[in-house]
Amino acid sequence: MTSGNNPKPKVEGQKKAAEWRLRLYVAGQTQKSMAAFANLKRICETHLQGKYEIEVIDLLVSPQLAKDDQIIALPTLVRKLPPPLKKIIGNLSEEEKVLVGLDLRVAKPA
Amino acid sequence: MPLDSLLKTPTGIDGLDEITNGGLPTGRTTLVCGSAGSGKTVLGMEFLVHGILDFGEPGVFMTFEETEKDLTRNVASFGYDLPRLQKEGKLAIDHVYIERSEIEETGEYDLEALFIRLGNAVDTIKAKRVVLDTIEVLFAGLKNESIIRAELRRLFRWLKQRDLTAIVTGERGDGMLTRYGLEEYVADCVIFLDHRVNDQISTRRLRVVKYRGSTHGSDEYPFFMGPTGFSVLPITSVGLTHGATEERISSGIPDLDKMLAGKGFFRASSILISGTAGIGKSSLAAHFLLAACRRGERAVYFGFEESSQQIIRNARSIGMDLRPWVEKGLLHFVTIRPSSLSLEAHLASMLHDVKKRKPDVVVVDPVTNFINLTNFNGARSMLTRLVDFLKMQQITTVFTHLSTMATGLESTNEGISSIMDSWILLRDIEQDGRRRFAIYILKSRGMAHSHELREFKITDSGIRVGGIYTHSLQAASIQPRKKRARARGTASGGRK
Repeated sequence: MTSGNNPKPKVEGQKKAAEWRLRLYVAGQTQKSMAAFANLKRICETHLQGKYEIEVIDLLVSPQLAKDDQIIALPTLVRKLPPPLKKIIGNLSEEEKVLVGLDLRVAKPA
Repeated sequence: MPLDSLLKTPTGIDGLDEITNGGLPTGRTTLVCGSAGSGKTVLGMEFLVHGILDFGEPGVFMTFEETEKDLTRNVASFGYDLPRLQKEGKLAIDHVYIERSEIEETGEYDLEALFIRLGNAVDTIKAKRVVLDTIEVLFAGLKNESIIRAELRRLFRWLKQRDLTAIVTGERGDGMLTRYGLEEYVADCVIFLDHRVNDQISTRRLRVVKYRGSTHGSDEYPFFMGPTGFSVLPITSVGLTHGATEERISSGIPDLDKMLAGKGFFRASSILISGTAGIGKSSLAAHFLLAACRRGERAVYFGFEESSQQIIRNARSIGMDLRPWVEKGLLHFVTIRPSSLSLEAHLASMLHDVKKRKPDVVVVDPVTNFINLTNFNGARSMLTRLVDFLKMQQITTVFTHLSTMATGLESTNEGISSIMDSWILLRDIEQDGRRRFAIYILKSRGMAHSHELREFKITDSGIRVGGIYTHSLQAASIQPRKKRARARGTASGGRK
């Protein structure tokens, strides 16, 4: 819980159609979801400043979206734009993996 | 069942509720495991569809493998209209799609979204039944196995708390019931499905591996998936509990009835008629059918060699008209080629027809083809099940059996004769440049039957049983009259 932000359905970052549209699926304000939001916010501010938008979806509020968007794990981060659609699950604690998952960095050869 | 205090939820699947003494444990999860294509999905879907149609219990089907479209199409062949049930708000299908290559994992997570999806579907249609098919896909789709295991444990607890009667399916593993050890989580009821192919004929078997707090049949039961859906054949559990009636019914031939202690067969008995090709087994069976219809009884004829038209024509050629009884709805023909279905499939479809038609008498003509169809033990156990089932329903059944001279008239029948109450043999004797036919009763349980070998003839007014067969042509012939009279003179306790 490094951030005071409330992960409620809302849009963060740039208000107009952003280049990067990210969706974070959570279920209520759990430790995991708060951590995920804080981690995501920090990564975006560092790497995508000014060109991103985060939408937080609380599945406790809109459960139907879990089926519609094929979500099984929480938290799940979905990159809606740019295509293709990408999914990252977990609290996003490892920045490196998040960047690879978002195609912001090429995976290092093991 | 009085012994079981456990609440049970009937599956509505033919036979399965009998084996489990009433169904699956209510409010618990049952594991259904088996290899690919063993029928897990169909069993699960039938559980839901019967729940909706027969017991008014809505159900949720969560599919991890097949898409909703595929699933709908696959069960449509069993006559189930899933879109209609969905529209009526009684069925919810959720296809959970997981593709490992599309998912990156970083840090802690749980499967709460899966719970939300399931919970939402259950709440929306007020479901009582849930099927998860095959939840093990999670192990292939996600990397963190310890999270999956913890969440599965939570999921089964969650299902129990919500009092949902559930089926989870699992793929068979090496040396384990399921590949990922789902049996570890599901402790209440485990059903195993097996699919083997012997001599190019597929056989399916179902076994209740465990059922906590309940008695259950522990054998392997054949099952079948066909146009009538999923049906298990629990007939081995029937055993020898059928009652024995004193009632007698005519064979359709008065002189044969006389040989059977004067009154014909026992009702609800099994009768085997064996003989060489063309000797008149089917004609004898036709007499039996006609007599039943004339008494106003219902009859089903299972023909495996000839079409119904052919059978009717042949009977007419010897003076028996079966057609009016077909038109009256008393006589029903079922004609199939034995090779077109597996043994289990035959048995299931025959049981289905019998349940539907509720006949008093049945003819199976000939039973030989089953023995050709598969290994002898398989055929024997199938026949035993069929005979037990028919007896339970108080049905009298005539089986015809083709025997060949080469293997011996009686030896070929040894295996199946023990499950028959009466055994009539038609013999073919070549003598003095003529082929002559004789009939005798090898056995008929519970009556003092004749032990004579009698002349047997097919005339244009049906089968005639004559005097005692002797090697002298003059003595035994049915016609002309004079000779018959003489034959009668030598017969002891025979014709009047």
